[in-house]
Amino acid sequence: MTVPHSAEEVNPLYTLAVWCPDWPVVAAAAEASLPPQLPAAVVGAGEVVTCSAVARAEGVRRGMRRRAAQGQCPELAVFEYDEVRDARLFEPVATAVEELAPGIEVVRPGLVVVAAKGPVGYFGSAESAAERLVDHIAVHTGVEAQVGFADGLFASTLAAHRGVVVPPGRTRDFLAPLGIHELDQPAERREDRAALVDLLRRLGLRTLGAFAAVPERDVATRFGRAAVLAHRLAAGLEERPRSRRQPPPELSVTRELDPPVDRVDAAAFAAKALAERLHAHLADRGLACTRLGIRATTENGEELHRVWRCAEPLTPQGIADRVRWQLDGWLTRGRLDRTGPTAAIHLLRLDPEEVVDATALQLGLWPGAGRDQGEAAERAARAMVHVQGLLGPDAVLTPVLGGGRGPVERVRLVPWGDERVPAADPDQPWPGQLPAPSPATVFAEPGPVALLDSSGADVVVTGYAELVVRPHRIVHGGRTRQVVAWSGPWPVDERWWDAENAMRGARLQVLGAAADGEEQAFLLIRAGGKWAVEGVYD
Amino acid sequence: MSRSATATLTALGVGAAGELTTAPAQALPVRGELAGLLPWGGLRRGSTVSVRGSTSLLLALMAAATGEGCWAAVVGLPRCGALAAAELGVAVHRLALVPEPGRDQGEVEKTVAALLDGFDLVALATPVTAATSRKLSARARHRKAVLLPFAVPWPGSDVELTATSTRWTGLHTGHGLLTSRTVTVEATGRGAATRPRRTTLVLPGDNETPRPGLVSLPSTTPSPPGNSPLPVAGPSSSATPRAV
Repeated sequence: MTVPHSAEEVNPLYTLAVWCPDWPVVAAAAEASLPPQLPAAVVGAGEVVTCSAVARAEGVRRGMRRRAAQGQCPELAVFEYDEVRDARLFEPVATAVEELAPGIEVVRPGLVVVAAKGPVGYFGSAESAAERLVDHIAVHTGVEAQVGFADGLFASTLAAHRGVVVPPGRTRDFLAPLGIHELDQPAERREDRAALVDLLRRLGLRTLGAFAAVPERDVATRFGRAAVLAHRLAAGLEERPRSRRQPPPELSVTRELDPPVDRVDAAAFAAKALAERLHAHLADRGLACTRLGIRATTENGEELHRVWRCAEPLTPQGIADRVRWQLDGWLTRGRLDRTGPTAAIHLLRLDPEEVVDATALQLGLWPGAGRDQGEAAERAARAMVHVQGLLGPDAVLTPVLGGGRGPVERVRLVPWGDERVPAADPDQPWPGQLPAPSPATVFAEPGPVALLDSSGADVVVTGYAELVVRPHRIVHGGRTRQVVAWSGPWPVDERWWDAENAMRGARLQVLGAAADGEEQAFLLIRAGGKWAVEGVYD
Repeated sequence: MSRSATATLTALGVGAAGELTTAPAQALPVRGELAGLLPWGGLRRGSTVSVRGSTSLLLALMAAATGEGCWAAVVGLPRCGALAAAELGVAVHRLALVPEPGRDQGEVEKTVAALLDGFDLVALATPVTAATSRKLSARARHRKAVLLPFAVPWPGSDVELTATSTRWTGLHTGHGLLTSRTVTVEATGRGAATRPRRTTLVLPGDNETPRPGLVSLPSTTPSPPGNSPLPVAGPSSSATPRAV
């Protein structure tokens, strides 16, 4: 039995569901730019999966054969069922929901749930939160949505179908008069549930209330475990009793890829299956992953590893996307410049390196002033992940300042989501480090430049780091400037113990003035008997 | 609803009504000398401010806002010096670099649009067509972000800041070190910013908190250089010095 709650004490299971009616049709019509007043249906395996309200009014029904449906409604626009399209077009809706209620879980394209505590507290009441969400989704995506509140995913989904707010603790009363068929949601495609519903109906249990009234013990002994879960739902309880977070023994999932994967599309397939396993694994424990370690082993025994961090718990698709991007990145790099793996990947492993309670990242957890920053960070993180989705994981870099001497080596550019670890310890003493100001334009691969004396000859640096002659002119980017001031050279003698990466050279600051008096300061480096530009103080 | 909650919703881009109100939109803070150049005393959310002539000017413009929790993205500027950014006061842990924003106009537009959705400040150094620039300015307006086209033509910018001349101090013939520079910045623009303004800026300046109102020129005195003279590394190996 549920216990009545006071207004202040909101059941942590109290859930907000946002539901877009007939989503597959809405998505298909939107992609085809079909006006909503024309009847449309989505057909999978020759049967109508979903149809628009207009088509329904014309007599089209779910489960109808395609021919029969077209017979009922000759102008019916028929689309093939496409999960990818559904998901792709749902993303803006999910984002819109998320903008008002972070920590959403996309149950499937067309249905989003989020623990109601945050939005209800934030907007003052369930009604105002619902109004805000519906408006926000309509304004930003043009999609019609319905919102419902109740305890748990199942009941809140049914509440959303009806657009009602069930007060906390009253879920059982809300469910009792509903028909038993509600246990079998067609969008979930659960064969076992359909059979169970059929059986219960034949036994005369026609409402959820009637089923809930059967003692759980009897359900367990007669119908088995799956029916116990359905019984809990009918009684307004979650499928599983919620247990406190306990450190689980082993959360990682591993998959051997046979045959080994060296193509991106095959990698995406493998990523999806593994991501789903990991998510199910975690969800069984009431956890969600916010930091995901991806490890791959190639046939040549190379170990690849990368950590992805996310501001919000990862959905299976989120995990799959990140795994896909990562595998894509590794495989593409391997082909392009051979810095990547030299062989196909045969072992893939996902480590949830940080897990949180699935409800942990709610609005309510950022109190007071800190909240703004948390949200700014989350919005930025979402944008960066979005760009990574467009351009690949290495397209978005965040600088981490570390130790070193030159302006280039003191900065490490870390792809967003990776661990922000400096390349070298900034707290060590770095004799020879250039003081501020640093050049605003830096050349990771030093650019060509000529530093000439008055006779037009190259300015040479001795082994004791001294200039032999006064620099007179500097030629950079096609412009010649008179050298009006300079300083240095300062010797650079780095990693002398490492034959491959050793660098011996000298740095020089040079101030050049063009004929029109325009000044430009340069940081030059000389190595291997050549000057190069390491930075421009522009 | 409390004031801070309203501000949060504005930051989220919520509420079409916000666009219609006549109340002055929130401006992101900038350092004092630059605040005087901008008609809103800061970077107004939703505006487009072109920057030309100096990467340091761009970074200095973004510094104060990132220090107060805003996120900034720099697009299409692969040689942006993050160390210089930090010295100019940019909170680099809230700075994202997208050096290669895409292979074609379509990708660049998508990338910048996505960044405008989540970032408060987006600097763009990749040239785009006039049509794309209009779309991106509109996107910035809608998402209450500030778009900073850098060194690219941008027909629809509200204000254009140009660093016209630079004077360095500290470096001499064979000795000294670059310590600071005085940059002259000119602002031209539309509407409230039609009248050209000019100020001088000392970089790297003290990262003071922004102050309101117009700052007359000339500006502050040069700040003391933050570091002691350069310590010279001794030869770390016993090898005989040879020419480099």
